[in-house]
Amino acid sequence: MAVAIVTTVSFVSCKPKDEDIKAAIEAKIKVDADLAPVAVDVKDGVATLSGQVKDDAAKAKVPTLTADVKGVKSTTDNTSVLPPPPPPPAPVVITADDPLTKSVTDATKDYPTVKATVKEGVIAVTGTIAPDKWKKLKMSLDGLHPKKVDGSALTIK
Amino acid sequence: MALQDKYKELTDAATAAGISDLQVREQDSVLYIDGTAPTGAVKDQLWDIYGKIDPNFLAGDLVLNVTVNVSADVTKVKVTTDSSNLNIRKGPGTDQPIVGKAAHGEIITLLNKSNDQWWLVRTDAMEEGYAYAQYLSPQ
Repeated sequence: MAVAIVTTVSFVSCKPKDEDIKAAIEAKIKVDADLAPVAVDVKDGVATLSGQVKDDAAKAKVPTLTADVKGVKSTTDNTSVLPPPPPPPAPVVITADDPLTKSVTDATKDYPTVKATVKEGVIAVTGTIAPDKWKKLKMSLDGLHPKKVDGSALTIK
Repeated sequence: MALQDKYKELTDAATAAGISDLQVREQDSVLYIDGTAPTGAVKDQLWDIYGKIDPNFLAGDLVLNVTVNVSADVTKVKVTTDSSNLNIRKGPGTDQPIVGKAAHGEIITLLNKSNDQWWLVRTDAMEEGYAYAQYLSPQ
């Protein structure tokens, strides 16, 4: 009888319980930030991993979570890789000063009361102009792909 | 983000009006709105909203580049100068020699608009050259 009890106890102790297996896997998840999104569930020695990891490299590390954990009979890997974020918008392309200066000369030809200069993509407009004419001129200048149109020294009247 | 808030009414209207290839980008404290309007009226509507937010267009924080879609089958354009004749030049640029003139209100033939600012045109008098696109309205 005593022998039987000892046998049973030792039998149980060398077969880890599901929650112990889970804890062991979770401990491994904790040490690797790449694997932080992974959740684990263990039932009858079968470990199920789920969640979305950031990239393929992180995904490749998922099997190591259960590989050498005692008591894991098999692993079901339901993890996936997060879809990549949408690409950032293309930067705004500013016309170079030489072609921009030429285009500004063309655009301002019929507005003799203003003067426009170009420096590092910024069109600086000075002088005096009527509101409706300035609106038209601004429309033209905005179409030339400048960095900005600076009318701070312009008089509108 | 502050600029996108300031001009939100404008970008919302651009989306609602069906501006194609609409791009709204903020870079170095300037907001750039680019796109193609289906009609000239839509472009005017957007500029009116812009004028409401920045009455004299002097804040220098927005570059509004909305072009009007001109369908490929348009072959006639009207000269819409204030009152004067429109110069027709040998090449695209005011530094190019004048090869002809089109009268205010005259309807001329559009040959090519591959250059945004300068369209290649031909008058009924068979003068052919480049005219400033701002003064030409598709018919």
